[in-house]
Amino acid sequence: MTNLHAPTRRELLLASGTLFAWAYLPKVARAEGRDPRLLVIVLRGALDGLAAVAPVGDPEWARLRGDKALTLDGKTPALPLDSFFALNPAMPNLHRLYKSGAATIVHAAATPYRERSHFDGQDVLESGLAKPGATDTGWLNRALASLQSGGRAGVGGRGAFGIGPIAPLVVRGPAPVLSWTPRRLPPAGEDTTMRLLDLYRHADPALARGLEERLGLAAIARAGGMDGETPRAAGALQVRAYFAESAGSAAKFLARPDGPRIGALAFDGWDTHADEGAMNGRLANLLGALDGAVAAIETEMKEAWRETVVAVITEFGRTARINGTDGTDHGTATVALLAGGALKGGRVVADWPGLKPNALHEGRDLKPTTDLRAVLKGLLKDHLRVDDAALAGKVFPDSGAAKPMAGLLAQA
Amino acid sequence: MALDPKAAAALALHRFGCGPRPGSVAAIAADPRGALLAELDRPGAGRVADPGLLASGAATRAAFKFQQAQNAARRAERAAQKAPNADGNMTAGTEMKPAEPPATPPQPGARPDPGPPLPQQIYLDEAKARLHAALGADIGFAERLAWFWSNHFCVSADKFGVRSIAGAYEREAIRAHLLGRFGDMLLAVETHPAMLIYLDNARSIGPDSVAGVRQKRGLNENLAREILELHTLGVRTVYTQDDVTRFANVITGWTIIPPRQDPERGGEFIFNERMHQPGAQTVIGRSYPDTGFEQGRAVLATLARHPATARHLASKLARHFVADEPPPALVERLAKRFLDTQGDLKEMAKALVTAPEAWDAPRSKLKRPGEWIVGALRATGVTPPDIGPVMQAHNLLGEPLWRPPAPKGFADDSAAWLDGLAQRIDLANQFARRQGAEADPREVFEDVLAPLASTETRQTIARAESRPQALVLLLMAPEFQRR
Repeated sequence: MTNLHAPTRRELLLASGTLFAWAYLPKVARAEGRDPRLLVIVLRGALDGLAAVAPVGDPEWARLRGDKALTLDGKTPALPLDSFFALNPAMPNLHRLYKSGAATIVHAAATPYRERSHFDGQDVLESGLAKPGATDTGWLNRALASLQSGGRAGVGGRGAFGIGPIAPLVVRGPAPVLSWTPRRLPPAGEDTTMRLLDLYRHADPALARGLEERLGLAAIARAGGMDGETPRAAGALQVRAYFAESAGSAAKFLARPDGPRIGALAFDGWDTHADEGAMNGRLANLLGALDGAVAAIETEMKEAWRETVVAVITEFGRTARINGTDGTDHGTATVALLAGGALKGGRVVADWPGLKPNALHEGRDLKPTTDLRAVLKGLLKDHLRVDDAALAGKVFPDSGAAKPMAGLLAQA
Repeated sequence: MALDPKAAAALALHRFGCGPRPGSVAAIAADPRGALLAELDRPGAGRVADPGLLASGAATRAAFKFQQAQNAARRAERAAQKAPNADGNMTAGTEMKPAEPPATPPQPGARPDPGPPLPQQIYLDEAKARLHAALGADIGFAERLAWFWSNHFCVSADKFGVRSIAGAYEREAIRAHLLGRFGDMLLAVETHPAMLIYLDNARSIGPDSVAGVRQKRGLNENLAREILELHTLGVRTVYTQDDVTRFANVITGWTIIPPRQDPERGGEFIFNERMHQPGAQTVIGRSYPDTGFEQGRAVLATLARHPATARHLASKLARHFVADEPPPALVERLAKRFLDTQGDLKEMAKALVTAPEAWDAPRSKLKRPGEWIVGALRATGVTPPDIGPVMQAHNLLGEPLWRPPAPKGFADDSAAWLDGLAQRIDLANQFARRQGAEADPREVFEDVLAPLASTETRQTIARAESRPQALVLLLMAPEFQRR
């Protein structure tokens, strides 16, 4: 189990845009004459669902977020989805897909996890278990293991995929997984670097000075050739390019007639504690990059887009209110974003809990009213034909109350 | 020692060892100093056990044969017509990495990958054995001593002929005498083919020797100078340019048997009388009669006992393990121990870890790249199946294994390595998302860093947005970077 090869300088800078895909083709769906694709994108760090999809029709909304609330008539007007919800303006592609019936938003959704630790939250999100602690296998892999193989995925030229190294938890497990890593320079770890710099400034000024000098040079190098771009803006462009390339490349593989059909990617950086910038800052940049990634998938899937579902999920949401540093802290319910031609889209699926103080979970977070597992089970069942017994048993144990959500797919 | 037992144990592992592994802090907390001393007393301490590795002579002969075969193949290929090449099955625009084994069999016409050339393969095998020695050590104090002396007496694999024997050199000349006498290590080093090639002495010919008179070629002072300046006395001490020249005369004839001439013993050390400058030589005020090879051995024995050598080695050792500006009392202590024990390196190492100054000094040394890389692997319990990425990491951070930029070796002050901090973040990031992805950063933290960590570090790691990020922050924390 290794694809440790001598990495290049560029490769070493990789974040987690690596595609992990099942090494086989699903048999049952193919027997029906369908050829479904599923790509799961995990957003690590906890996406602020309210800033991504704003409840502009909720009278409490503007009161909660004040001038940080996305509205339909603000300086950067949100994109209306229905009479109640509006999409962050950084996501025009997702909006277009939604309008054409190829995107669904699930709001006020959450895993069964109710604490606020990233690690544990990601474990629950990816393991599919009701409680944190088990990190052996992920729900997607167990779902694959329950599917009958319809032959090994060929991937064109020899060696396109390495045998998976250590995959994200969601695809870890008994089913064999392939991995493919894009080779472009990612915007890696600006957030990580800032956290380190902050630590160094408090604990080790000499290291802080050393790092600052190197970063200064790096920023200048990055900005080189981009006239008029500040280093920060150049960084945002890099995030965009990186998300789009890794997602687009993943889609290229999934689109191949003999390519893999089910895969997963992860994007980091969503932990927006300070200066969240939902309208024109960090989160807007990230959402824009994610939007570009979805567009790249649509483009690269070509004809296969009709049979595609992309599911974008995150470990939990963020506080309903803005905190003291213009950011949001760890919360509970958030959105799941679904895109793809196979969806019966154009809908926001939400049992809206409201935003009044007593409607908030523990007085601070959007209350979860939809179990994310129900959404995922619905996709696995209707799109990939994972059977009910497997879904309720192996794939999402102890999820009996969360019945597979029906009607997500155009062709059930 | 003002430290609590766990902090002292963690300090012992970071400062004197290869870094903690899970459980190793607890294992030595009862007596960290005793554990360091005990490691030196173990049979085989500091040796690399791998029966598959070639001795330097055998490695040189194998490399020579390989080169001959390559040359013959190239000549044959030039003679033959070039066949059209059927490579090119990669998709444009994306870079695809070969799997192992390949997902599909190689296409007809595609050439099988011959692997690296033999000298490189030997070099990688040696590197892997060395890495495994470091990952397998309980503490790694002996290992760190080996790294120290190997850098003190460095050779470079980039010099033609050295690549295939750089690892054997470390095993044969450094590790074999790691806890023995400095004089023995010195002799083993200066008579080793790797050193004789690296610093050109293999080609140095006494001008008045049989070969010198006939070939009209002569002296090369390189090795003699570096022995005095770097290996023993230290720069600007008690020797002059004349001493260098006369010492160079002394060691003419210290060379290797050409593999072309002798398939049995080619590549091994020989004292070649025909290249040796005849006559007595005076080196640093003492005359050495021409006793052939013994003449050079006698000069080395004198150098190994010299007080300037003791001071030079003591200050380097203290600088490496304790501080860029080591406490003078510690240097004094180590130099005295060296002289009192006729250069017993084990006694000197023991003096280092029993000196209070060696523990009291603040953790100001930035770990060298190799220390940090091995420390990260040990902390997370990862044993890389392939040495390639580990070598790449060394290269990126500016400390390519056995390839120092100059005979002085890699720098041993923190400032020199501060530059690579941003690259360390990149590497930590890569590592955390791949090989290290199964490590639980909270457990690693408790195992390897908690006793030394500040509140800020603890919080920064606990608040990370993901496990990989937490692991990056842990590996980049000041307490993991410094020792």
